Amino acid sequence: MSTIQFMQGNIACAEGALAAGCNFFGGYPITPSTEVAEHMAVKLPKQNGTFIQMEDEIASMASIIGASWTGARAMTATSGPGFSLMMENIGYAVMTETPCVIVNIQRGGPSTGQPTMAAAGDMMQCRFGSHGDYSIIALCPSSVQEMYELTVKAFNLADRFRVPVFLMADEIIGHMRERIIIPDKVEHTARRPLESGVLPFHPEKDLVPGFPGFGKGFGVHVTGLTHDERGYPCATNPKLHEQLVMRLCNKIENARKEIADYVVTNPEAETVFVTYGVPARSVEQVLHDTGSKNIGHLRLKMVWPFPEHAIAEFPNATRFIIPELNLGQIAREFDRHTRVPVIQVPKLGGDLHLPAELKKLTGVGI
Amino acid sequence: MRHEVRFSGFGGQGIILSAVIIGRAAVMYDNKFAVQTQVYGPEARGGASMSAVIIDDEPILFPKVTVPDIYVIMSQEGFEKYGASAPEDAIMIIDSTLVHSRPVCTCIEVPATKEAREKLGRDIVANIVMLGALVAATKLVSETAIERAILDSVPKGTEKLNLGAMSRGFELVKERGQSA
Repeated sequence: MSTIQFMQGNIACAEGALAAGCNFFGGYPITPSTEVAEHMAVKLPKQNGTFIQMEDEIASMASIIGASWTGARAMTATSGPGFSLMMENIGYAVMTETPCVIVNIQRGGPSTGQPTMAAAGDMMQCRFGSHGDYSIIALCPSSVQEMYELTVKAFNLADRFRVPVFLMADEIIGHMRERIIIPDKVEHTARRPLESGVLPFHPEKDLVPGFPGFGKGFGVHVTGLTHDERGYPCATNPKLHEQLVMRLCNKIENARKEIADYVVTNPEAETVFVTYGVPARSVEQVLHDTGSKNIGHLRLKMVWPFPEHAIAEFPNATRFIIPELNLGQIAREFDRHTRVPVIQVPKLGGDLHLPAELKKLTGVGI
Repeated sequence: MRHEVRFSGFGGQGIILSAVIIGRAAVMYDNKFAVQTQVYGPEARGGASMSAVIIDDEPILFPKVTVPDIYVIMSQEGFEKYGASAPEDAIMIIDSTLVHSRPVCTCIEVPATKEAREKLGRDIVANIVMLGALVAATKLVSETAIERAILDSVPKGTEKLNLGAMSRGFELVKERGQSA
């Protein structure tokens, strides 16, 4: 039987992780993400899992990479300044194809900025923050329910694609408490094991190599250097490097349509809001209050890889309005995929877009 | 019907817990919807503290309080910062032991801290007296729901004290025939 709870977003994230079988958390507490670590510290040891508070976020990221290579479902949680510190090892996780989940409860930046206020300023950082070319997956919850569900999903995607998966939430969703339905059980996608006799970085059709079971006799060299299918460094062969990086990108990009996760409301509309994360709630209020079928809503639950094909869900659109808790990071991405005018509604400081201010932009009377 | 409730007092009174308890009562025991938020700053014990809860029969879309219709105010500073601007059609429940100002809206005066100290022997349950008064005055959630949510939320060994505080809150409103 599923149960109804009144739960904080960060706790729902931790509970989702536990339901997904997370058995390793390595992190360093930082507002506004700390409750995730606190809850994991209480719960994990009781389920034979491991919680470790590392000396900083560089080490936190290293710890989950190591844990993941032992077969653990590993995660960390942080916010802006910690996220910046994680960038180097995020690149390492990408290059070594290490499944892991990174929760970022976004706060106002740059630097230490606004520890207790919401923002979505790290959307481009999660996509491009580490050096080199690569692709990742990023999910954006807009409710406590989705903090739970998308955390579960993050683990499954990480294991399927052998890639870091980001849960890009914010202070409002992380700290608010609301009604949540906790399901009996959740979907669990296991890592595809590496077959014996196959080279450890030899990709299958989906471009993802099987994962060598820890302690099963695979002698695997794991390196951030450009490597061949054996895992051995081979950093001066241009062709090999190109093939490797293209595969790391394409294993995600080729699945863009299949894994896309978004919600379409009023597809016939001319004025269409596009949201991810908490501004979705303001737009839902506008749609509810106006009752207008001529206002549409494209709500992205997965922002990266960017589901550009979703734009075609609104064939009559004459303008896209994109409220974001940053200076238009995703609006710019959206803009490059459409000729329809894109109106940015950026907001900084920690407040959420009021339904009234968005309603005004639609020109629809109240 | 959407109700937006704002709680304010000073850090240490249990202002945030009060909002959590009533949200929990609504969701878990009255089958309603609720969203609880708070001013999450470096407020320490003694500073003005504020939290809010929205309660509705339908799913709550916009999660932030815009125009509260119910206020629960437990300190003078809290009144000045978060209560003074209450519109005329709001309802305010005030801890009359600690707040000397009065709003323009309907005001229900509850000497919660005095009652907690003198009748119950502990200042600390003043917020639960206020919660009892809030429920009696507004019927925001049922009495059974608030009782169960309080029991879920208070430390073991303090159940009797807290339920006593809740009942005192019910009585203070009912005795005076104060309801909204």
